[in-house]
Amino acid sequence: MSKAKLMDFDKALEIYEPVLGFEVHVELNTKTKMFSSAPNEFGGDPNTHTTPVCLGLPGSLPVVNEQAVRYSISLGLALGCQIAPSSRFARKNYFYPDLAKNYQISQYDEPIAFEGSVEIELADGKLVTIPIERAHMEEDAGKLTHVGGSTGRIQGAEYSLVDYNRAGVPLVEIVTKPIFGAEKDAPELAKAYVSAIRDIVIGLGISDARMERGNLRCDANVSLRPRGQEKLGTRTETKNVNSLRSVERAVRYEIQRQAQILSEGGTITQETRHWHEDTGTTSAGRPKSDADDYRYFPEPDLLPVVPTPELIEELRAALPEQPVERRRRLKAEWGFTDLEFQDVVNSGLLNELVATVSAGASPQAARKWWTGEIARLANAADVDPGSLVTPAQVAEVQALVDEGTLTDRLARQVLEAVIAGEGSPRDIVEKQGLAVVSDDGALIAAIDEALSAQPDVLEKIREGKVQAAGAVIGAVMKAMAGKADAARVRELVLERATAQ
Amino acid sequence: MSDISEERVRHLAGLARIDLSDSEVTALTAELAQIVDVVAQVTNAVEADTPATSHPIPLTNVYREDVVTDDVLTQEQALSGAPETDGSRFVVSAILGEEQ
Repeated sequence: MSKAKLMDFDKALEIYEPVLGFEVHVELNTKTKMFSSAPNEFGGDPNTHTTPVCLGLPGSLPVVNEQAVRYSISLGLALGCQIAPSSRFARKNYFYPDLAKNYQISQYDEPIAFEGSVEIELADGKLVTIPIERAHMEEDAGKLTHVGGSTGRIQGAEYSLVDYNRAGVPLVEIVTKPIFGAEKDAPELAKAYVSAIRDIVIGLGISDARMERGNLRCDANVSLRPRGQEKLGTRTETKNVNSLRSVERAVRYEIQRQAQILSEGGTITQETRHWHEDTGTTSAGRPKSDADDYRYFPEPDLLPVVPTPELIEELRAALPEQPVERRRRLKAEWGFTDLEFQDVVNSGLLNELVATVSAGASPQAARKWWTGEIARLANAADVDPGSLVTPAQVAEVQALVDEGTLTDRLARQVLEAVIAGEGSPRDIVEKQGLAVVSDDGALIAAIDEALSAQPDVLEKIREGKVQAAGAVIGAVMKAMAGKADAARVRELVLERATAQ
Repeated sequence: MSDISEERVRHLAGLARIDLSDSEVTALTAELAQIVDVVAQVTNAVEADTPATSHPIPLTNVYREDVVTDDVLTQEQALSGAPETDGSRFVVSAILGEEQ
């Protein structure tokens, strides 16, 4: 695959107006699948989370999971959508072995929720309203692994292996209307939108929303039109965008790539494109073709979903606050400055902070860890910070600092060990003997030794020049291999110097 | 008359992955056209304000509780009908398309 030529981003925006659209798939965290009572759990040995329904065995019939319907309605309401008084399922027919039935049960002409909007906030505090076309229920597909072949991925694969554990997991697909006017904010808006959806589903408690596990997946549609032109340009749909950072990068890349092609007089092919995290590029997938004739028709095995007005009002009353309101409240509760708070929001770390604070850490300590050390390590590894450690682990490290077991420096060391998968913070402290030496006896012995080695310093301290103590403190910290609390050492140095 | 043409039959055969000979296409075009015409008589039997339905039984909201039941298959059971497996997964022939 040759690397595509890209136009400079600012130049691309001078000539073209980007129009965006998103399809976000949210896996619901129900206990069972959408249409069968098989467990909805991530991982597990292949093909151990199936029933005859998941495998499309003859004679098996799907039955709708009531909890999934409730979750879908809640999500629709949180997206400001109208809830359809009657909605039904449809079969989307295609030949691909990620589903055993040769069709996916989805919704087509009667989605459960439609016509909504989501307010999102950009880094500079600007509020943007994203129009929502619809949110519909469907089932996830199984996982294929392609084996053999020379070029990897799918082309030339000799055979494929299928695991149906994920087949039938409840999904809600949220589709936006075309988004105009994003201009230079387009990449950032893409990230902010997906982040807002993540906040909403976490707030509702209806999805684990872990992008690295595919709980939340985004397909980004991008098209360009020359300035002043009414007609929309041809769009591409970029799939496989599995982190907030990637969403932003993929949209920027597509704008630059398409601008280059158009400016050379070329045309954009309407196609699916795949995002490659490692190279930061997209490559052409399958062009739209005959195979996209999905021959949707109403699913004859299922009955219409007709939510009562009482159910809708019950779920509406239980909605958590809107993300924008929630942010305002948290900022006030935590007492953060504008800058501190924006830093957290822009890093997409708000939920991590909330969870860390509720696990016992102070807001400032939680902020310091997530936007500091963890963000730095995540950046170096090119992953989302939330995939490195859990909020509970961060809170535990901070608790060790607060109780005096660890200094900041030791705490960073422990955190790195946690990230490396060496165990829980307390286990690591114990196993590696990282705790601060809090035994005054050991400290005093080291201090006395350092003082007698530097009699001139001892003299100065006795004359009242306490800043001279630094040299002794340094020697003691070195002798303790950094595992001492410098403030306590200083206290003891002054005590010993004047006592002798 | 229906709008079943030979071209449409070939398209449908392609989507359904059925290999048809020219004479089969000709025969099926005539047969499908006849079937569609017969089914189309239903439209004459209903009033314009009859609501569309996708199910013969007037039921709605038939749900299942969100509880794992004991009809979950073991891996061995799940794979028991597969022509070929690698021990834990179904083996299928090479895929030249892309996932949906």
